[in-house]
Amino acid sequence: MDFMVFQYPMISVQACLDGILLGILFALIAYGMALQWGVMNIINIAQGDLVILGGYIAYFMYLYGIHPAWGVIVAPIIMYFVGVGLYKLVINKVVDRDLFISILATFGISILFMQLMNFAFGADVVLANSGYGTTFLFDSAVVLPNSKIFSAFISILFAICLVIYMKKSKLGRAIRATAQNARAAKILGVDTEKVYAATFGINAALCGVAGALISITFTIHPYMGLPYTIRSFMIVIVAGLGNLPGVALSGMGLGVFEEFADYILGTEFRIGAVFLLLVLILVYRRFKLSRKREYLK
Amino acid sequence: MNKNLILYAAILFFGITAPFIFPAFKVQLSILCILIVLALTWNIQGGEMGYNTFGNILFYGLGMYLCASVQVGMFFPLAEWTESGGEKTFVHTPAQFFQGMAVGLVVAAVIPTIVAGLIGYAILGLRGHYFAICTLGLGVAAGEISGGIEIIGAGQGFTTPPFPDVGGLESRGEFFYFLSFGVLVLTFIAVRAIYSTRFKLILNAIRDNEDKAEAMGIQTMKYKIIGWMISAFFCGLAGGIMGGLVGYIDSTDVAFDGREMGVFMVLMAILGGKGTLWGPVIGATVFHIFKEGFWTFFLGWQYVALGVLIVVIVIYFPEGIMGWLREKFPERFGETIDEKDRKAQVELK
Repeated sequence: MDFMVFQYPMISVQACLDGILLGILFALIAYGMALQWGVMNIINIAQGDLVILGGYIAYFMYLYGIHPAWGVIVAPIIMYFVGVGLYKLVINKVVDRDLFISILATFGISILFMQLMNFAFGADVVLANSGYGTTFLFDSAVVLPNSKIFSAFISILFAICLVIYMKKSKLGRAIRATAQNARAAKILGVDTEKVYAATFGINAALCGVAGALISITFTIHPYMGLPYTIRSFMIVIVAGLGNLPGVALSGMGLGVFEEFADYILGTEFRIGAVFLLLVLILVYRRFKLSRKREYLK
Repeated sequence: MNKNLILYAAILFFGITAPFIFPAFKVQLSILCILIVLALTWNIQGGEMGYNTFGNILFYGLGMYLCASVQVGMFFPLAEWTESGGEKTFVHTPAQFFQGMAVGLVVAAVIPTIVAGLIGYAILGLRGHYFAICTLGLGVAAGEISGGIEIIGAGQGFTTPPFPDVGGLESRGEFFYFLSFGVLVLTFIAVRAIYSTRFKLILNAIRDNEDKAEAMGIQTMKYKIIGWMISAFFCGLAGGIMGGLVGYIDSTDVAFDGREMGVFMVLMAILGGKGTLWGPVIGATVFHIFKEGFWTFFLGWQYVALGVLIVVIVIYFPEGIMGWLREKFPERFGETIDEKDRKAQVELK
């Protein structure tokens, strides 16, 4: 336990800013999860592993001498096809079934991805150095790496693009129609199979962007996927499906919580704190709803 | 009934003589017993009650840590033991070892049961996938947190007391085999007894439609918690034995190993057939044989195989072996089918 945070207010400012920048990134991943959950009614445990895979794409570009920031454009393109391929192979068989089937099947995919990435890229913790330098605020009491600011900016850009795409384009309309009522959409001539594939692809592409940004700002490791899944799940259940401002806000809240947990409890308990927070949120909502004799649906 | 009695006697006979018939596989057989126990107890939640949990690993790991800590802590200072990292500065005498193990197993069974009651009250009100993800989170959180606690070894692990020098060379394997086989028999009898009472019907009612079950006047919460406590009791016992068997406890790789044991128990029960008495037993046996073969011959690729296996079983084989048998030979399961229906079915095919 370390209460430096409360004695030196500047550390709190630092933690808040770090947390908000981190949380924007989480919100991007959570937006992908909310999209596929709402449209296809599946929970994808492999979400975090898609993120890490996107990160490795950026990392490899860095290794071959290309600036990793270009990964933000390359990773989503590759990840889109990975997502569509995954959909054609596995996900299309679990869409209409029990949610637990999708959880377990994607858990299998997650284990598979972890190990394949471990073979392909090795078990080292790596990061792609962007060389962006740092910004000093408040008499250099607060230090912000420019890469974090860059990643938050890119995340917001992608989120805005996606929202506009969902509103304006034909595919976006089809996706929203399928989310509302898949059967009615089918009757009215929407090819739901194609919509599902595209949704999963878009989700994977978002994960790719987030992964590329994470490889620049933080570190990546083949086994680090599950925490990202849990974070995005948590953000989605706090915000609710289809509530974009809520996703952004709860993402930032989670980021700030994590930074403070990191300072107060110590880095070794950071992931544990995230998972415990998930449990606490679920328990809180369960008790709140059970007073009205309802349950989380 | 008579046929069943012969079957049980044959299995019991095989179970008792197995370590002498296959002396080289004693450790594998003990692990098989533990796996069957875990699959059987998972089936109480996942199969009968319809609450698919990833969280039973919590009680398994808790039992493992508790049993080892009690066994050490009864005679020596625990902190110094873990700090020495298993170097033999303290040695248990045989009497101390067995005494510690006995007390440790009792603690390893009782405390997880209490924990299950408390946690169950909080989270068993969640349903479906929320419950599944919540228990997944619990399991991982337990692993991460126990990996940060110094007194039980933190990140570097916890060495359980080595088996004392009694009997011959084979005594360690035999001791752990009979211990785990005993727990298996105990679990099987308990589960079988539960499945022949009204309790099972209540669990099935909760699985089929919880709201209606509640409307019929069943206090579903009470029965859900009791069901989970029964699972936790046997999971804790299994974990305690497994800790002694492996000889080394690591927070995320041995005790709270959601990626291996936590998934295995789900997979075994589904492979054998959820919601049946014999399904988990058959599933665990088949899975263990497959796993050992694969783990030995394709070292390094085991997780790839595991991932593919999960996807294939879940998508193409969700009813499991028992479900398949039931479809193939319905008469054996006490279902009668009219000759007319059968003919109609054949024609349809």
